Amino acid sequence: MHYIFEPGFFANSTVRTALVLGLLVAIVSATIGVFTVVRGQSFAGHALTDVATAGGAGASLAVISPLIGFIGGGVLGAGAMDAIGVQRVKGRDIATGVVLGAATGLSALFLYLVTLQTSTTGSTQTILFGSVFTVSPSTLPDALWLSAVVLGALFVIRRPLMMSSISSELARTRGVRIRLIGLSFMVMLAVAVGLSAIVIGSILSTALLIGPPASALKFSNRFSTAVIFASLLGTLATWLGIILAYDSYYWSASHRGLPVSFFVVAVVVAQFAISSVFAQRRRVRVALSNERHAAPEQVGWI
Amino acid sequence: MFSSFMTNAWISGTVIATLVGVVGFFVVMRASSFAAHAIPNGAFAGAAGANLVGVNPLFGLVVFALGAALGIGYSSRRTRSDVATALALVMMLALGAAFLATSNEYEPAINALLFGEILGVSSSEIVPVLVLALVCALGLGVLYRPLLMSSISSELAVAQGVNVSLIDVAFLVVLALSSALAVPVVGALLTFSLTIGPPAAARLLTSRPHRALACSVVLSLLTLWAAIASSYWSNLPIGFFVGTFSALVYLVARAWDVTRRRRLAHVVA
Repeated sequence: MHYIFEPGFFANSTVRTALVLGLLVAIVSATIGVFTVVRGQSFAGHALTDVATAGGAGASLAVISPLIGFIGGGVLGAGAMDAIGVQRVKGRDIATGVVLGAATGLSALFLYLVTLQTSTTGSTQTILFGSVFTVSPSTLPDALWLSAVVLGALFVIRRPLMMSSISSELARTRGVRIRLIGLSFMVMLAVAVGLSAIVIGSILSTALLIGPPASALKFSNRFSTAVIFASLLGTLATWLGIILAYDSYYWSASHRGLPVSFFVVAVVVAQFAISSVFAQRRRVRVALSNERHAAPEQVGWI
Repeated sequence: MFSSFMTNAWISGTVIATLVGVVGFFVVMRASSFAAHAIPNGAFAGAAGANLVGVNPLFGLVVFALGAALGIGYSSRRTRSDVATALALVMMLALGAAFLATSNEYEPAINALLFGEILGVSSSEIVPVLVLALVCALGLGVLYRPLLMSSISSELAVAQGVNVSLIDVAFLVVLALSSALAVPVVGALLTFSLTIGPPAAARLLTSRPHRALACSVVLSLLTLWAAIASSYWSNLPIGFFVGTFSALVYLVARAWDVTRRRRLAHVVA
């Protein structure tokens, strides 16, 4: 036990804040992420993280809360992508890419100005790659109500959103306003990205958004099961990441800890690799038993 | 602006813009923009790792970009490619972050790697850069016809006896090499911007492949030259100008495309 949790792990209030934030972020990202993966909007989700980076860098320049910057930037980016037409599938990647590139250019400018303005170093790494151990506990209430609002809003629009995610034609015939649903989903995505940016950094938040949901969807086609499973995987990844990063301080004689985000991403990627292998085996088994029993074929989302 | 210390910047900038203009044209044709976004991030991890173990950064850039490209090529055949690409991308960035955390890199060097540096190619590196660019150009020359065909229609290419999956991998390798060359100058996070902005604009300006390719190279050159000059004058990071000018070129082309369509519709009506 002592080797897993190095001295002072649970007594440390910074660690407690990090664990609570990790849990919140994992759940919100997993829930939004399941829809993102099913809608095939991984690239849009990733582009929002780049726009959120510009917001975070701007906030750092203006010395306001990074959470406000991340989310503000993300919401503006969602609006911009909607305006230049990411809803249409044709040319969607290009439009997304152009917004992403312009936003990254802006981040370059802001971060450069931050290095001129202050003598503190490491703001580039904090914004891009995150450092949950430096988040002030006062951010926690904001993170809590934002998570509650996003999850609540998602619960309200879950039916039309599911329908338009699976088939936009079907949804349209049922009277769903696709554009409105799509735009509100993008805004929720922006908030989710902003939240996970304070834990693992803005350009790495894609990991929590895409990884656990993609792994979960390999095992279940049901939205509710996938959401629960993805939340569990995401929480495991953030908590394991926090524990390993905390411990890594003691690994080397120079006491140079590795970033939390590195471990979180490594766990997420490992989860995806393992679940890919399991899903592959299961698919082979199902195919074999189908051959024997001639039962209807069962195919996963991915 | 044209003093001797800027000579390398202009030579490397011109070579990179020409190469990226051609490669980007195929990226846009093949709609492989997500891979084009992920590979420079792999190169970033390579440069950070090379600094850590003390080998030539160019070596790290090339090895990691190739690794990322082949990884994406391999995994996209087995699973849904956008998820695999997204995860490969963040894994590479996280690895780069871990390398930076363990080395003693100071902030301007990190910013240069991520957001570009006009003096990113030193005089000792200019020869290897030119050699690699030549390799890329030769590769593109050999691949040109089958690549163009498979980019326009993979069914047509298969019918003509082109080995499409081989072309896919070969193209990813060329993309990796050109990204590795562009990253030190344009920055890991903005190489992508140059890769798709000008070529996407070129495709809006003309629908004929050869003309679009030429147009893509010209726009890419203009974008990078303007970015180098602006960065030199203003002392701001080149990445900012690459990102802004690429988006601007695309938006202008789009506005032109929309007005042309309107005029055509008007004439027909």
